[in-house]
Amino acid sequence: MIINGVTIDATFAEAFPMKATRAIITAQNEKWAMISAQAMTGFATSVIACGCEGAIERVLDPSETPDGRPGVAVMFFAMGGKGLAKQLETRAGQCVLTSPTAALFAGIDGGIRIPLGKNLRYFGDGFQISKVISGKRYWRIPVMDGEFLAEATTGQVDAIGGGNFLVLAESQPQALAACEAAIEEMRKIPNVIMPFPGGVVRSGSKVGSKYKTLGASTNDAFCPTLKGATRTDLSPEIESVMEIVIDGLTKEDIDKAMRVGIQAVCDLGAQQGIKRISAGNYGGKLGPFHFHLQEIMA
Amino acid sequence: MKALTLTLKNSPEQRIDMSPLTCQLLKTLTIEDIAALTLQSGKRKLRVDELFTLEGSDSQELIIKNSHDKLDFIGKDLDGGSITIEGNAGAYLAMGMKAGDIKVSGNAGLYAGCEMKKGYLEVSGNVGDFLGAALPGNKMGMKGGTILVKGNVGQRAGDHMRRGNILIEGNAGDYCGSRMTAGTIAVMGQTGRYLGYAMRRGTLLLWNQPQLSASFNDCGAHTLAFLPILFASFKSLNSSFSDVEQSFNRVQRYAGDMSEMGRGEVLVKI
Repeated sequence: MIINGVTIDATFAEAFPMKATRAIITAQNEKWAMISAQAMTGFATSVIACGCEGAIERVLDPSETPDGRPGVAVMFFAMGGKGLAKQLETRAGQCVLTSPTAALFAGIDGGIRIPLGKNLRYFGDGFQISKVISGKRYWRIPVMDGEFLAEATTGQVDAIGGGNFLVLAESQPQALAACEAAIEEMRKIPNVIMPFPGGVVRSGSKVGSKYKTLGASTNDAFCPTLKGATRTDLSPEIESVMEIVIDGLTKEDIDKAMRVGIQAVCDLGAQQGIKRISAGNYGGKLGPFHFHLQEIMA
Repeated sequence: MKALTLTLKNSPEQRIDMSPLTCQLLKTLTIEDIAALTLQSGKRKLRVDELFTLEGSDSQELIIKNSHDKLDFIGKDLDGGSITIEGNAGAYLAMGMKAGDIKVSGNAGLYAGCEMKKGYLEVSGNVGDFLGAALPGNKMGMKGGTILVKGNVGQRAGDHMRRGNILIEGNAGDYCGSRMTAGTIAVMGQTGRYLGYAMRRGTLLLWNQPQLSASFNDCGAHTLAFLPILFASFKSLNSSFSDVEQSFNRVQRYAGDMSEMGRGEVLVKI
């Protein structure tokens, strides 16, 4: 399959079941909601070493937030429910409770309930106040700038992590420009996040390593500087490869995000140095969810 | 199916215990069975059809017409369904209610909504003492749900209240929110003396400056983030509480009762 001169490989991205949750951070203005959200989703690029994958899903209009203030929706994905709950609580405690004027609300109403402000309330040292409003429990925790308002719990749901595609380009600036265009479109899709820095990862990995202590190592088949030194997957004109990883609540959400992302890359086309779109997989043996690039773009 | 309508024939001589006439108890009964039920009135037991004329058959939607303030225990332990009362209701209206809704077009007597657990009670007129309170000797009053009173309420509203909302458009008598353990009482009108007497936790939300006891301490003026959420939850009510003009988030906060735990609060609109 070729779109605008860009070859779409007959391959697939392999993804895994994960647990996901969403929280809504509001603040006096969008600036401070964003600061808090960026802090909360910092160091959350990969479950390999961060404990979870997290990112800002989208900016919310005051009319969409529970307290009518500007807000930001953040999502977190982890391999298990326990790990997810732990990450959520730690991050909420260190990054939202501490952030001036911020309040924290559930972003998923259904699902298994996991603590959001439920245990942070103890920071109130007995001065915390509970309010049950329309069946939802909120905690008012006195802090130095006034009160930190946090909903007691949010929902945890089954989700999918590890959807991806690779952008193969003739130069590094061209690969990055294509990924930026893709991310801009993909961020408009609800229920998905692209957890790596700016949504883009340049260090795609393969399973295993020559070093026994490492479970993953550089994806040498896609490293352009190793074209002559390893069993490469790159043609001579490819000088840079970047990857976009997508976590989403459902397969359809990831499908949609991949479609708009790949389309944005293809819109730049071969003229802008984009040669191929590929995807990362483990031969289909590890992850139950397969995202076939050509099917998505059909 | 048409709502089951009970129209009171005459003003009763004695008080009448209406507790057998709640929706869940009538669910499996035919109209004849309901007519044959007996209600305690003083020392006598009177058949329902002696006191009321019956119309309709949907026992989950009960209408009591020509109601009188001697009809006690209306909607006691109600567990779903609705009761509409045209006229006044006696004492213990909606006592221990678990679910459903009760609306009264007139006034209600003592202990309305006492020990209520969930559901919705709306009184268009005035209500007597001990609204949403605990029965004498009990430690827990209202545990959930919402009570809306469009008129005034008597003394000790929310006594020993544990959870839920009491919304009063009019005035509240003395000892409003006394011995409260938690929950919210909002009063748009004036409040009496000894507001929040011995309250441990909970919120008294006021539109007018009260006369506070010395055991309430001023915590200053604040903008509280939970208030817009609280007011938004009143949006669906047929009440001034749903009026956007009436909502606010800037309050003077008083902590008390310091002679008790002191974790309660009186919030006054500024």
